[in-house]
Amino acid sequence: MKVRVFVMLKDGVLDPQGEAVRHALGALGFDGVEGVRQGKVIELDLAEGTTTETVTEMCEKLLANTVIESYRIEGL
Amino acid sequence: MKAAVIVFPGSNCDRDLAMAFEQAGMSVERVWHKDTALPKVDLVGIPGGFSFGDYLRCGAIAANAPICNAVRAHAEAGGYVLGVCNGFQVLTETGLLPGALLRNAGLKYICRTVDLRVETADSAYTESYGAGTEIALPIAHHDGNYFADDATLDRLEGEGLVAFRYLQNPNGSARDIAGILSPNRRVLGMMPHPERASEAAHGNEDGARLFAHTAEALAAA
Repeated sequence: MKVRVFVMLKDGVLDPQGEAVRHALGALGFDGVEGVRQGKVIELDLAEGTTTETVTEMCEKLLANTVIESYRIEGL
Repeated sequence: MKAAVIVFPGSNCDRDLAMAFEQAGMSVERVWHKDTALPKVDLVGIPGGFSFGDYLRCGAIAANAPICNAVRAHAEAGGYVLGVCNGFQVLTETGLLPGALLRNAGLKYICRTVDLRVETADSAYTESYGAGTEIALPIAHHDGNYFADDATLDRLEGEGLVAFRYLQNPNGSARDIAGILSPNRRVLGMMPHPERASEAAHGNEDGARLFAHTAEALAAA
């Protein structure tokens, strides 16, 4: 069972990497890029029957730092 | 007095920190991250480096290493903990200190000596400097941009828990914060490296007093 966890910096937390990407897109001539936020996707290959509660616990304990990051679980 | 220095795979300042502790008269034991118990010590040092290759987030995997349960218990029982650089990142990831260290605002790894102001003399670590004293210490980090929400920052400032501030903010840290203390003032996390400025051969001895006075204060306690 494949589950994806999307981890993003929370709104209000400056994302300097996203900003650098935004500038680079502008330099390439792409107009109208008003914001870029960069996060990460973590793919988990889990035993059948793994519960949402367990994946949530994984996110809270390790995969995301909830001081600065939010997360979303997909595939459960 | 006795100190432990935790060693993770990828720690690279553990010997330097152990040397600085020893020069201050402490007896030091280096402790492997897979150990589940600490020796009986007064002070635990969490060194700089790149624990677990900075994978996932700086300090995140180290914060969940077996030894960190013992470090947390030590701190919660009123023990002293000093985290430098990656050690500060580990302390925020364990929740022993609030906030987080983000990628430097300028996106570059910064390795140079910076000017700092000691913001409080109310801790074993900073007492000998006196509040307001300006010192210089080396920094060497890619993720030293201190972040916490405004309420946390207000609390840190209101309770006098900001230990060091940058005079010229190198990395985007909120309110120029370079180091913070726990509410009981026994856990200190800081991005600058006092152990890299602790003997004449380093060309800068501003960090030596931190270790010397901490050793004295803890021996007297």
